[in-house]
Amino acid sequence: MTAETLYDKLWRRHVVHLADDGTALLYIDRHLVHEVTSPQAFDGLRESARKPWRASSVLAVPDHNIPTAENSAEDPVSQLQVAALAKNCSAFGITEFGMDDPRQGIVHVIGPEYGATLPGMTIVCGDSHTSTHGAFGALAFGIGTSEVEHVLATQCLLQRKSKNMRVTFSGALPPGVGAKDAVLALIGKIGAAGGNGCAVEFAGAAVAAMSMEARMTVCNMAIEAGARAGMIAVDQVTLDYIKGRDYAPAGEMWERAQADWRELHSDAGAAFDNEVEFDVSQLAPQVTWGTSPEMVAGIDAAVPDPAAERDPARRENMERALRYMDLQPGTPIREIKPDSVFIGSCTNSRLEDLRAAASVVKGKKVAKSIKQALVVPGSGLVKRQAEEEGLHRVFREAGFEWRNPGCSMCLAMNADRLAPGERCASTSNRNFEGRQGRGGRTHLVSPAVAAAAAIAGRFADVREF
Amino acid sequence: MDAFTTLSGLVAPLDRANVDTDAIIPKQYLKSLKRTGFGAVLFDEWRYLDQGDLTSDHAKRRANPDFVLNDARYAGAKILLARRNFGCGSSREHAAWALRDYGFRCVIAPSFADIFFNNCMKNGMLPVALDDARVDALFAAVESQPGYALSVDLPSQKITAPDSEEIPFEIEAAQKHRLLNGLDDIALTLEHADLIRQYEDRRKKEAPWLFGRVA
Repeated sequence: MTAETLYDKLWRRHVVHLADDGTALLYIDRHLVHEVTSPQAFDGLRESARKPWRASSVLAVPDHNIPTAENSAEDPVSQLQVAALAKNCSAFGITEFGMDDPRQGIVHVIGPEYGATLPGMTIVCGDSHTSTHGAFGALAFGIGTSEVEHVLATQCLLQRKSKNMRVTFSGALPPGVGAKDAVLALIGKIGAAGGNGCAVEFAGAAVAAMSMEARMTVCNMAIEAGARAGMIAVDQVTLDYIKGRDYAPAGEMWERAQADWRELHSDAGAAFDNEVEFDVSQLAPQVTWGTSPEMVAGIDAAVPDPAAERDPARRENMERALRYMDLQPGTPIREIKPDSVFIGSCTNSRLEDLRAAASVVKGKKVAKSIKQALVVPGSGLVKRQAEEEGLHRVFREAGFEWRNPGCSMCLAMNADRLAPGERCASTSNRNFEGRQGRGGRTHLVSPAVAAAAAIAGRFADVREF
Repeated sequence: MDAFTTLSGLVAPLDRANVDTDAIIPKQYLKSLKRTGFGAVLFDEWRYLDQGDLTSDHAKRRANPDFVLNDARYAGAKILLARRNFGCGSSREHAAWALRDYGFRCVIAPSFADIFFNNCMKNGMLPVALDDARVDALFAAVESQPGYALSVDLPSQKITAPDSEEIPFEIEAAQKHRLLNGLDDIALTLEHADLIRQYEDRRKKEAPWLFGRVA
């Protein structure tokens, strides 16, 4: 048998039918649903008198458009959308972790937490950051609302196979430098379209040494490199994370499953269409300075000068980004002063992320110049675990707000948003114009760097804390 | 889905790379429960100087005179000319719905983000990828020739310029077939219902843990 990549294996296992032109009917094992991209899909089912093919494969949760502050009055328009999800789930027999459920949280945090995300699965959701689940040796990717309806109705998607790409993170990450820094630096190197048309496997010593939380951060950001999906081979770290979770197999079934999952890695000699090797051993904490995740620099660097860019289209993009961000070329990154700090999102809202931020914050105070510092845990479970460890007190005593789980200021659909011109140190995934609020300026960073920025009132080297 | 066969129309140039779906339609409009009515808020933050939401009367908002689509010269454009990695970011299909509702049926760019590309196809819109040099030439032509229009012919996979130059483009056969006929993908897939059931029966034996109910 020819050597296969991890992606080849996942793909082969899920092809129901292959048309002559190479279009596959791909079976979907797990469908995650949230309130913003699903109402039109459920309406579509109703209009065509169709039912979900396998309602038991679907797990729904409201996360994008919900308040995170205690006792906050919910916007009535948002409330309608949250109510529509509850109504649709109940009408179609779909399990929902609703607003009153202690398991509620960001869809990409709760899937793994409850073992709804398993190795070897195909996993889709009407959300681009579905790539997160690839950390478990799964084929996971975001889809649009028409495809949400298609999966609901048929349990399948029409797909063309993507190209195989492998990113090898070699070396060991230095202290104070984490998964977020590695993946931001990678995007800086290959560009926001560097993974277009590819399923990207992350490999190498640095990935093998990562926790599942860190691996999820890396795969989460695969979409910011334009990849169709990101994924990581199954190893003991994966199995240890999954064992005992609510929806994970147990007993004899666990033994069968884990034997199967151990095959989920690229074979020696498997062919990749594109290979990138990236030594992370000298990497510094990363901070984005522009309006695309590819516009990124190390904490010790300065805002680049567009005049030094030879390509006129790129130069113009840089100039436009710096105007929007109100930054001057040559300004040291350490001199940039955020107005707000956001620690949260499907990229960095897990327990390990909160621990990393809390260890920087502990015993210190948020700088007076910071108008708002938010910590938004990724799920009800993360929140409870963090509180058991006393992390909420560390944050509160320093001057952070400790919120309820949700997507919050990552996309600013709820009340958590930047005012025009405000600058934010954010652990989220996108620094697009207006992403965190019209006119808002986003700098993407790791949880540790966000915490350090909150304390210092400017971007600071977490390694000096 | 509406079929796409041929299209002739004015071309509007959007000269920036990495146009993301947050720029195509910002988040506050994603609170809608509908698929329609997003044309008025396409490129909202570039197009208007004031903030809008689902309850705004967009006709009364302040237009940004510097934004290309507010230039009377491009009124009624049906083809959008863009730069690399168009439609990157979020999976929101609202981006495709907004472009379509505004009147665009075709987007030409050097490259597209994967999810956006699929979303276009699901909505009777044709995304055409052409090489950088060709896109550069089209930008120069659109900007120098008021009223610059193109004719897109999907059956023959050709775009015809005003000087009769023909520009061939690629599209996968299956996608072309579905667009030309405006086919309902779900109905087509359900023609394979037996195959899907056979697949499930086999996988339930091989990997039963994939079929546990989440509850």
